[in-house]
Amino acid sequence: MSGSEIPLLQLYRTMLTIRRFEERCNYLFMQGRIPSTLHLYIGQEAVAAGVCAHLRRDDYLFSTHRPHGHAIAKGVEPRAIMAELYGKRTGCCKGKGGSMHVGDVRVGMFPAVAIVGANAPLAAGAALAAKWLDKDRVSVCFFGEGAANEGAVHEAMNMAAIWDLPVVYVCENNLYAASTPFSKAFKIQNVADRAAAYGMPGVVVDGNDVEAVYRVAGEAIARARRREGPTLIEAKTYRLCGHSRSDPRTYRSREEEEEWAKRDPIPRLAGRLKELGLATDETLASIEQEVQALIDEAVRFAEESPLPEPEETLQHVFWTEEG
Amino acid sequence: MAMMTIAEALRQAIREEMRRDPRVFCIGEDIGIPGGFGGAFTVTLGLSEEFGHERILDTPISETGLIGVAIGAAMAGLRPIADVQYGDFLFCAMDQIANQAAKMTYMSGGTVKVPIVIRAPVGATGRGAQHAQSLEAFFTHIPGLKVVAPATAYDAKGLLKSAVRDDNPVIIFEHKLLYGSKGPRAERGALSPVGEVPEEEYLVPIGKGIIRREGRDVTIIGKLLTVYRALEAAELLAKEGIEAEVIDPRTLVPLDKELILDSVRKTGRLVIVEEDNYTGGWGADVAAMVAAEAFFWLDAPIVRVSAPDTPPPFSPPMEQFYVPSAERVVQAVKSIL
Repeated sequence: MSGSEIPLLQLYRTMLTIRRFEERCNYLFMQGRIPSTLHLYIGQEAVAAGVCAHLRRDDYLFSTHRPHGHAIAKGVEPRAIMAELYGKRTGCCKGKGGSMHVGDVRVGMFPAVAIVGANAPLAAGAALAAKWLDKDRVSVCFFGEGAANEGAVHEAMNMAAIWDLPVVYVCENNLYAASTPFSKAFKIQNVADRAAAYGMPGVVVDGNDVEAVYRVAGEAIARARRREGPTLIEAKTYRLCGHSRSDPRTYRSREEEEEWAKRDPIPRLAGRLKELGLATDETLASIEQEVQALIDEAVRFAEESPLPEPEETLQHVFWTEEG
Repeated sequence: MAMMTIAEALRQAIREEMRRDPRVFCIGEDIGIPGGFGGAFTVTLGLSEEFGHERILDTPISETGLIGVAIGAAMAGLRPIADVQYGDFLFCAMDQIANQAAKMTYMSGGTVKVPIVIRAPVGATGRGAQHAQSLEAFFTHIPGLKVVAPATAYDAKGLLKSAVRDDNPVIIFEHKLLYGSKGPRAERGALSPVGEVPEEEYLVPIGKGIIRREGRDVTIIGKLLTVYRALEAAELLAKEGIEAEVIDPRTLVPLDKELILDSVRKTGRLVIVEEDNYTGGWGADVAAMVAAEAFFWLDAPIVRVSAPDTPPPFSPPMEQFYVPSAERVVQAVKSIL
């Protein structure tokens, strides 16, 4: 697959949408307009974009406490995500979920799971259903390298392997589980090495190179569609922001951050687009404008939407046909 | 009308639901291995011969994983019946049950459903502290879960079928001394009630209790094994001219409050019997509900008969002390007459 066969402009648009969305969230949070905490996806955009570009609307996606990027890449409307962050009734979870649980089952994204690693068995289960009920639907599970040490992840990957489930596990190794560095939690160098122990392919990829992510994810997802079994992908990446809103990042050096900033996936892709003659500065500026307008509209929608009535707390404890 | 044990009735319910709906399947440990146990208490014995090993799906020993897989499958359109051998093992899978199954509908704003059934054997039966607990209160406390506890073959079949058809997570607690499991899986000291089960299709609705014995002097609520302890106590009391009304709630969430309140309004006295520990037990919540809603009909304090606040012991004399006996129920009733 050469560069020209990859929808690089589309990937750029997705990545930039995620970046600008997250930056705006940060700004709105600082202004006190968004309650609660935020786990931002800044720096990791190439992973969500490169993987989700292969997914259909009806494929299943399971995300984490850091789900905004996955949601945007899977096709959840930014305005519905933003309204959810505001706690509005028009949010993608009607204000019942919040930042850590965004999702929209109509586009195949279940509410994000904020218990680290707990989404891995769920993704295997959805893959089991897909294998029985559908011809080529797949299930994708994002998780951080911190989650890789959860028992739920081991159990799920083992079952995915023994039953040849059409699931792709995407470990976003951003080197820090909150403040704990990779080296303190792993004796090995690559999370993907564990795939061999489960009996599935394991692939390491540069998570800041969207072309590489796109290629690797494409192969894994095609394999799952062909019903040949699961794959574990480890995308090496870096949070270009804190773990959560209150994180001063005193556990890592500014030098290290600067090194990773040089590998920021978005300028990197912009350079590649120009190099390949797929975009000019004008094209990129116009995408920037479109994205800004989309985010502006999302914020306006969230701001203007009504808050839920307090009594709506009591709804949706159990599922009913009425919804 | 066939006579069945609870194990047979549950097996028949699973068979009928699996024949009715191809999305229904069983998932668990040792449930369909050829030459194996058919589940820890024989409930799924023989089912893999009819339905194959895809739909009677044996798993590794991975309770978190198998419950999580079942939940994910339910979210994506299947209708799993998950089996954990012993209820105590639910603690391994507690995150999946409490944080995932119970909350997914809510967190999604009512757009995702989780039609999973989890079957869990409970009760002290000579196995010591980790294969014996009565866990109902842990789960009745979690919003988003329905909890049922059948004590007869008729109810076991009808409630399991309702649970499979329910679009919400349902936990079905089954008592080891009530299964009537046969052969090498038979339980020592089991009551093994055999009951009439109609040949024709029927459901027992989730949320409806039943009066097992009518009486005017005192209401006794039992569940699972303690329904039988309450009935035994009622017989003993009847010999002394005391008429006890025995209620089997059958479903713990949602609770048939009106059935209980109507009975208490009639008798003015309430004894709640359960095998769970005393502190924070399910009975404590029922007592609080009755105190709040029928206080002025009560002629005496509500009394709870339960296991003590200890882990389940192993040695038979200690286990007999631990599980409420009919005699303790009789004493409790007499203490408020």
